[in-house]
Parts: sequence; structure tokens; C-alpha cells
Amino acid sequence: MAYEKFKILKGNCVPLPIENIDTDQIIPARFLKATERVGFGDNLFRDWRYNSDNSPKKDFILNNEKFNGKILVGGKNFGSGSSREHAAWSIYDYGFRCVISSFFADIFRGNCLNIGVLPVQVSPKFLDKIFNVVFEDPKSEIIVSLPDQTVTISKLNISESFEINSYKKENMLNGYDDIDYLMNIKDSIKKFSKTTPL
Amino acid sequence: MSKTLFDKVWDSHVVHKINGGPDVLFIDRHMVHEVTSPVAFLGLKNRGIKVLFPEKTFATADHNTPTINQHLPVKDPLSANQLLALEKNSEFHGISYWGLGHEKNGIVHVVGPEYGITQPGATIVCGDSHTSTHGAFGAIAFGIGTSEVEMVLSTQCIMQPKAKKMRITIDGKLDKAVTPKDVALFIISELSTSGATGYFVEYAGDVFSEMSMEGRMTVCNLSIEMGARGGMIAPDSKTFNYIKDREFTPKKESWDKAMKYWNTLKTDEDAVFDKEIKFDGKSINPMITYGTNPGMGIGISKEIPLAKNQDGGIETYKKSLSYMNFDEGEKMIGKNIDFVFLGSCTNGRIEDFREFTKIVKGRKKAPNVTAWLVPGSHKVEKAIKEEGLLEVLIESGFKLREPGCSACLAMNDDKIPNGKYAVSTSNRNFEGRQGPGSRTLLASPLVAAAAAITGKITDPRTLY
Repeated sequence: MAYEKFKILKGNCVPLPIENIDTDQIIPARFLKATERVGFGDNLFRDWRYNSDNSPKKDFILNNEKFNGKILVGGKNFGSGSSREHAAWSIYDYGFRCVISSFFADIFRGNCLNIGVLPVQVSPKFLDKIFNVVFEDPKSEIIVSLPDQTVTISKLNISESFEINSYKKENMLNGYDDIDYLMNIKDSIKKFSKTTPL
Repeated sequence: MSKTLFDKVWDSHVVHKINGGPDVLFIDRHMVHEVTSPVAFLGLKNRGIKVLFPEKTFATADHNTPTINQHLPVKDPLSANQLLALEKNSEFHGISYWGLGHEKNGIVHVVGPEYGITQPGATIVCGDSHTSTHGAFGAIAFGIGTSEVEMVLSTQCIMQPKAKKMRITIDGKLDKAVTPKDVALFIISELSTSGATGYFVEYAGDVFSEMSMEGRMTVCNLSIEMGARGGMIAPDSKTFNYIKDREFTPKKESWDKAMKYWNTLKTDEDAVFDKEIKFDGKSINPMITYGTNPGMGIGISKEIPLAKNQDGGIETYKKSLSYMNFDEGEKMIGKNIDFVFLGSCTNGRIEDFREFTKIVKGRKKAPNVTAWLVPGSHKVEKAIKEEGLLEVLIESGFKLREPGCSACLAMNDDKIPNGKYAVSTSNRNFEGRQGPGSRTLLASPLVAAAAAITGKITDPRTLY
């Protein structure tokens, strides 16, 4: 599915300094019943965001008007658990284009890269600096540059670089997906299929 | 060059390598279920293409299905719609579909091995993280997202960088009432839920070679809970005996040919792993979790660890205990529980029901406990009846439900109520996993049985 190209993202962020945020928190299983990709943003962090009577929980960060932006910043081991791509969809559909953490779960990271959410892994120290700056002043600017592979805290004038493989980087810069690539080599896949032992 | 088991299977499935990028990996078996597939099928429709290899694709309904009155129409319109979508998509693309009511229906990771779809040396994927289960047969098996489901449906390939390699060796003999589930929960408690992220794990040593295929499936199933891409165990005579003569395993000359390949599937003696971890089987106790991730597990007779002894993340740790309404330093033994759930792709196989029954036999279910016993498939359900386990269970005050994922992720009506404690043989104790506000204690079928009988957390060694 087509997604927005990612070049440089400049703006505020939403801090969520909790570790091991699992995909059941990002989107609980009971909201996975759709047969189309619609409405997932509404249920992002559903049970942390709303009471059982659907009223917003005042102390949850997404319900705090002071914090907004297209960058979500989470604690260590973000996205563990289920392979549900719905977790990445709900983050994208809510309006985030980037998640920063000091560590990502594997499948979640892959899902993000496939749908246009940039996972940015920084050092634990740098992550703490982002949390501190943003809690001090929610308007603090963070700049994520995919071409340079850097994340910058403008106020402190410090940057850190992050890793992404060159193939995925090219994809995200251009909004390509893997299926386009695979469809182009379909003939060699068919040929290969005749050589597999099973 | 010397290779690990993982290298051998992975390398033989690489169609194409991209410089500085992922490998294009050919997939032998693609398992599909109703929840993570509809958007992928929609992608194929939008491109105007059909499934490339429908004969390598298998669909079953499990996540969303009711576990009582399966003969009646599904009440929840959204669930019914998702099931109908899979039925229609399977029919349109010529995929075999084992839907609700079909004799082969069951949890995707239970039926795959039961019918011989799962084979050594195969690459197996499914839009479900517990696909790692199939690694018990020496397959490379792992969960994928819906974009990747679409890739496999349309091209039978995915694009992933090769994972690093870890070997976990456990020698020695397991103590009485220590099950494969305890082995897995022990490993996760040692490594944490992110300790194996970026790795593919091979399990080796006496404990795993002694283990039944069902037990190996339980261990491999839980590989994802320590962050691993997947886990695998080299196939041996147990593996070959298990798969022989199953519906989808090769027969006659094809079997002999396959055996030649399968016999090569072991790690070479001098092969090198990126990380090696060793444990002593004797040191493992029956386990139980006390927190909100599977790494928060302890030996059942131990106390909940103190927050100050945590390696960072103290606030997260306290939040977790507060959700569970537990205090640091408390003992787990003797705590009252409300629900028991026996089932899931982790512990919903016949061996799990046999073990559970051993403890409840001749005893009565505690009146304060609601027990949901959910077989992993119709085949398991049938075996429970044929082996006489059902009679024992009924005599002890239990009922059997119909197959499905059920309360493991509570997508259907099987939800643990807000604030209630459930001893569950499933795989995740995340906040709200078994229903909004539910509190999950992960454990083995034996610990679950002991809790069902006593109404409290009880050391199964006292009843076994």
C-alpha cells in the first residue's frame, strides 16, 4: 500500500517513557476485526487512552494537548509481542511518521519499514535527553533526517546517527514497497521454486 | 565452510541477495488465518493478481472463532465478516481452507504439524508471531506482518536480512513436574523479553533431545517472547516418526528422497554462533509469571523480585506490579485465582491435556474457579475423547470447549473479566491481553491444573 515518502521530519514529539510497550497496548486484539485498513488510528493505545465508558483518560499523554507532533518517542523494547501490522498501521493512521526508541522488537520494526513509519534507534542516553527536553518544553523541536540518517535535538544542538539498510532507505525516500521489487523478479522466483527440496 | 542448522535452511532458500539490503527468501509453506490476511488479499485484488502458489498456501480460522456452539452462525458481525472474507478469498485463489466446522479446523500452529504441512528444512511463515512453533521440526518458521503476507501470496517470497545466530544449550535432566513450558519461561526470565532480539535461536542439549515433539513445539513457540525471530531444533528420529504418514508428508520414494535432505539438517560440529548460552536443566523449577510481560517469571515457590534489584526500568516495573495488584517481595504460592485457561498454540496439544488430567484425576475443581479448557484442534479434541480424558475431566467438574485461540488473545467472547486473575497456559501476560483489565499468570498445564483444583497458586509437585 502506498505511503508518504519520508525525507526530513521536523517538529514536536509525543513522549511515552515506558519500556516494553507491546503491540497489545498499541492496539488491543479486539480491534483487529476489520477487513480493510480503516479506522486503526482511532484505537491506537485504546486501553491506555480511554476508560471503559470511552471517555478519555486525562493522564494519558495522547490526551494532553500540550504534546503533539508526528514523532512518537517510546521506552526500550518498543513493539514487542504480536506480529500484527495493525500496530504499525494505527501509529501511521493516527498521524505519526516516526518512532524513536533505544530498542525495537524485530517484527514491529520490519512492519514499520514496510508501511512508511521510520523506526529510529538511538542510544539510551540520547533517548533520555529527548525525554528530558520534551517534558521540560513540549514545543522542543526534533529533526529526523533520513538522507543524513541523523536525529537532532535542536535546543541542545546535539545529533546522533541511526542505522537503516540502504535498500530500505531508498524505499522510504521514494515511497516504494517490497512487492514492486518482488513482482519484477517473479520469473526468477518461479525458476527457483523448481529447485527447492520440498 | 561449516554451517549451523539455521544457515543450511536459510541459505538454500535465498533466491537473490541485495547488496546492503535484505535477502529474497523463498517460502515453502504459507499458513493463513482470518485476522492478518484480509488486507493482504485486498492488495492482490488491487493489483489484479492471483496467489502465485495456492498449493503452498493453507488457510484456517482460529483467532476470531467462538469456542462454544460452533455449529451456529457466528454472532459478532465483524468476526463473521472476517471469517467470510477468508472463505471467499480462499475459494477465489484456490487455497485449501479449513474453516469453522471443518474436521481439520484448529489453531494454525497446531494443525500445521498435525497434518504434516510442517516439515524439516522448510521455510514456513504466517501472519502470526507464534509461527516459531514449527521450528520444533527443524524448519525456519517465523511470524510476518500483513505487508509480508501480501508478498508471499503474490510472489512466495519475503525480503528480510538474515538474523544473527544464537544457541541455547540445556543439558541435564529435568526435575519432576518441570515441563517444556517451564523450560521456556525459565529461559525468557533469564534473557528478558528482548534478550534474543535480532537472533534466530537453535535449542540443543539433553533436555531438548529428551523432549517430545509437543514439548519442542511449546519451547519453539515461546522463542518470540524473548524477542527471537524464531527458534529451531535439529530433526531426529522423534521428528521423523512424528511426521511419517501424515496427510501432507511425502510418501514412498519422495519420503526417501526427503529423508536424504533431512538427515543433513544439523549444525556442523565446528560451526560458529554469534552467541552461545548454557543452562543446567536441574536448576529449572515449575515457573509462574507475576508481571505484565513473559520475562517476569519466577520459580513458583519464590518471591516477587524487589524493584531496586531490577536492571533499569524501575518505573515500568512498578507500573506492572501495580496493574497486577502485587507487591514486591510477596510470595506467589497461596494467592487466590479466579480463572484457569488451558489451551492456545503454546499448550493446546494432546500432551498438555494428558498432563492436566494427571493432576485433576480423582480430585474436584475448586468452586471459585472458572476453567476454560480449549483444545488446539478437532484432532486434539477427538484424542481427548478417545483416550478417556474427557470422562476424567467431567468427573472432576470440568467441561471441554471447541477449538480455537480463545482466551489467549480474547478476540472472541472468551474474555477474562476486569481485575480477575487467570492462570493461563498461553503465551502472553500483557496488560489486557486476555480481556480489558485481565490479570494473567502464565504457567504450565500442571500449574494450571493445581490452581484449578485448589483455587490458589499451588506448587504442582505437591499434587503430582
